[in-house]
Order: sequence, then C-alpha cells, then structure tokens
Amino acid sequence: MSVLVFVEIADGKIKKAAYEAAYYAAKTAELTGTTAEAVVLGTAGADELANLGNFGIAKIHHANDARFNTFDSKAFAKAIAEKAAGADIVVLSFGPNGKLLAPRVAVRLKAGYVPGAAELPTFEGGTLKVVKNVFSGKAKAFYQVATTKKVVAVSPNSLSPVKGSGTAAVEAFAPAVSDADFGTVVKSVDKLTGHIPLTEADLVVSAGRGLKGPENWGMIEELANEMGAATACSRAVADVDWRPHHEHVGQTGFMVKPNLYIAVGISGAIQHLAGVNQSKVIVVVNTDPEAPFFKAADYGIVGDAFVVVPKLIEEYKKFKAAAH
Amino acid sequence: MKILVPISKVPDTTSKIAFVDNNTKFSTDNVQFIMNPTDEWYALTKALELKEAQGGEVVVIHAGLADSEQVIRKALAIGADSAFRIDMDPTDAYAISVEIANHAKTGGYDLVITGKETIDYNSFEVGGMVAELLDWNAVALVSKLDIAGGKATATRDIEGGTETVEFSLPAVICATKDLAAARIPNMKGIMASRTKPLTVLAATGADKLTSIASYQTPEKAKECKYVSVDNVAELVRLLHEEAKVI
Repeated sequence: MSVLVFVEIADGKIKKAAYEAAYYAAKTAELTGTTAEAVVLGTAGADELANLGNFGIAKIHHANDARFNTFDSKAFAKAIAEKAAGADIVVLSFGPNGKLLAPRVAVRLKAGYVPGAAELPTFEGGTLKVVKNVFSGKAKAFYQVATTKKVVAVSPNSLSPVKGSGTAAVEAFAPAVSDADFGTVVKSVDKLTGHIPLTEADLVVSAGRGLKGPENWGMIEELANEMGAATACSRAVADVDWRPHHEHVGQTGFMVKPNLYIAVGISGAIQHLAGVNQSKVIVVVNTDPEAPFFKAADYGIVGDAFVVVPKLIEEYKKFKAAAH
Repeated sequence: MKILVPISKVPDTTSKIAFVDNNTKFSTDNVQFIMNPTDEWYALTKALELKEAQGGEVVVIHAGLADSEQVIRKALAIGADSAFRIDMDPTDAYAISVEIANHAKTGGYDLVITGKETIDYNSFEVGGMVAELLDWNAVALVSKLDIAGGKATATRDIEGGTETVEFSLPAVICATKDLAAARIPNMKGIMASRTKPLTVLAATGADKLTSIASYQTPEKAKECKYVSVDNVAELVRLLHEEAKVI
C-alpha cells in the first residue's frame, strides 16, 4: 500500500500546507508499512524539493514543466492521476486548489475520497480510518473508504510537521498532458502584499462591531503587526465595508484554524463561531459579559476594547522584549 | 444560457448536533433543514442574474428523499424555472455526482454552478467530481463571474489574495461570498413555485465509495478562564506559559 502526495508549490517554493500534506503522507505510510513518494508539478529547484526528504518523503517525481506554474484543475488532475496509478493512497492539501483538484483526482481513479482530514488517520486490523471535522468543527467523523485506492485531502493548519532528517531522490516526470488540457488561463493575480494570508496564519486578531467604526482599526492592526498575526473581522463589519471581504471569517466567509484567535468586540453569533471554533486557543474581549463568544473562549476579558487592546499591545511588547 | 444548480439540504446552523445508535448516526430529532447557504445565496442567485441579463433557463437539481420537497420549492420560489430530485439517500458524494453528471450530460447545459462546501459535512466535493465526470473546465471559490460570447472570466480565492482566470464553456463554477446578492422569495414567487415542474428521477444506483464508521463529539464544553481588565499582563503570561501559543 504505497502513498503518493501531491506537493503544491508557488513561485518555486513548497507551500506551508504542502509540508503538512507531505507529513500526513509519510505518517500514513509509516502506519501502513510502506513508503511515501511525492509528485511536484511546475518549475522548482532541486534544493527546495530536497526539503521534503526531511519530512519522510522517499522519492520525488518532478514535472519541471512551466505549463504547471499556473493552476488548472483538469490538467493537474490528469497528471496526478497518471502518477497515482501505482499508489493506494493519494494525499493532497484541502486548500483553494486542492478543494477542486482532489475530487477530480478521486473520480479519475474511481477512488473513495475523504476531504479535509484534520488529524492523522488510524489503521487497525487492516482498516484505514480518516478523521475529519464535521458540522463546522462541532464533531469529528471517522471515515472508511470502500475502494482499494483512496484519496485524502488534508486541512491546512491541522498538523504540525516534525522535521527529521532524510533524503529524497528526485526523478523527472513527464505527464501525458496536452496543452488543450489547460482549459483555464490565468489573466491576473491580486495578492495582498504585506499581509499574512488569513487561512495560513498561526495567529489571528479579529474585530467586530464593538470597534464602532472603521477608523478605530489602527490598534487592531498594530496588535497584529506586533504579534505577526493576520487580521480578520466579523461578517457584520465586512457587510458595511468597514473591512474588506477577504477578512471576513465565519460560515460564509473564511474558515480559519489558527493556534490563537483573538476576538475583539465580536458577540460570537453561531455563524461566526462556525468559522473559528477549530482554532486551538480563543481569546475573547467584549464589554458584554453575556456575549455568547465567551462560551467558546479559552480566555476572556470583560472590558472595553479601547482600554484592553492598547494594554495588550503594551504587555505584548514587554513580553517580546523580555523573550529576546 | 442553460444553467444547472445542484442544491443540498443541510441542518440549520442553530441545530443541536447529536448522534445516536452508538455514535454512528446523526440525530435528526428536532432538526430543521434548510438549503445550504452558499448554494442559495450565491450559486442560485448568480444563475438567476445571468438568466435575467442574457436569457436562458435555471434548473435546480437535488439528491434526496421525498422530505426534501420544501427545500426544492424554496429554490423555485426564489426563481428557478424547474427542478429535478434524484430519489436517493445522499450519503456519498461520488454516488451523488454520478447522478448529477448523468443528468447534465443530456440536459444541454452551458454551466453548472454549485455553492462551496455544505455546512454539515464541510466537504466541497460535488463540483469537482461533476466537472471531472463531464470532463469540463472548472473554477472554485469564485467571487466574480462574467460571461460573454461563450467565454467566461472568473475571479477566485487563492492563498492570500485572488486570481482572475479565463475559460470557455461549458464549465463548473463553485461559488463563494460576493458572487451574487442573496434574495428572499416574494409572495408571487412562492405562489408560482407550487406549480413549477419538479420531476423525480430514479437513481441509477452508482457505487458509494465512502461511509462514516462513527462520530465523536468534544468531551466537554470549554471553560473560559477570565482575566481582569486591570491585569492584561496575566493574559500574555497564560498564552505563553499555559496555552503555549505565543
């Protein structure tokens, strides 16, 4: 039962979520008594790819082909499925590309697919069970796959890959993908520079209507900058354009699962909680002691954001100074 | 333009999540079911906007049992022209996608628009699977879509930003926030929905490739530890020493 992981790269660098997928693949291989190999599509240097060896990948199949430098779900699925012909378990990331790509790969292989694995699988009596969060993190489900071939997509920010030492041989791979398979052509990319991508952030500082107006976000940004955190907001605030849509966290916005989520002036409506309750630690700051968010919080401060946040910035600075 | 919108039925966000039969089955006791929010707010309404601007037809399709009728009628009340219900217990995305793709193959569609992941199993499967079964172009997490002369331009979410892509139809689109403005059915729509065609299709019995062996709920609710507003330093200490997240 061999394991193949699709390792996504961006601008020649392995994505953070791809290390997590590689680690998941290596651990699954260990559990099932086999080895894990990787497939990489697009231009990348050998030095960068060699990093995968340290996360348990034995061999890398690299299509050093510039056509794959932009994403197309059809062409990528075709290439990955071709390499997966000899594998029993195929692992991808459940990120913006993987969410479309993984189900396509599964159909090509007619393999059962489990999206959004949140922790390492279990393997008992020859049965693999993939663990996934359901109902927006309110429960876990243990999935069984009926087919010999299985496809799993790993939720970003779910695992903390442990770096070991190892080497991975790189082998050239020339997928049988024609130019016509690349049906989508990228016209432009609009990256938010100077910001940490919300869905990849370890720390998130979020604020809501309690801030009273968009002009008061300076302290939230300052706190986020001090901590190296991404900024986020509630739907109410994005809907009135106090903050941009790409900061909206919740059921219909982004789902995040950082190590630390600090919510300032957000009451904690159930739709907001659905987007954040997979965070490891939640801190809530709110003037209203009855705010429902406190029920989902690990730490709480009942108090005015305009008093608490400046103090938090000051205390965090002290902490950082003492730590260095 | 003929557009197919697959819609899903999910427990309302406020439902109590509980399991029965030794944690192997989701308890539907006292659960209110609704249309999956992104299917309704963005996928269906974008299809209606395209039809209103360019002419055509909007068809909704749903995999489910007879008790789904209310959800399907709501889609008709919001403005879909007709509906199909594939008569099956929708437990496996592959089995559902095969049925939807079978219908789409012969229906003469230019576009399939789905929402993003459903709020129950958070799986994001049907759009990609249908696209592969049809061998169509697909773009997911789309917040903007323009169509002119058989060519489509879509803006999709990527890590830390957005990307704009061009492609030809037919195609599958998975919608996210901002693709369209949500609509509330009006009285005229509700009246009309009662007589719009809802056709029941027999399922072909595609293989189910996955199943859920068991569920687990968190052992206990979180206990919030309160820190005084006059002692914010204590919060920083707890985050560092106890929670170890900074």
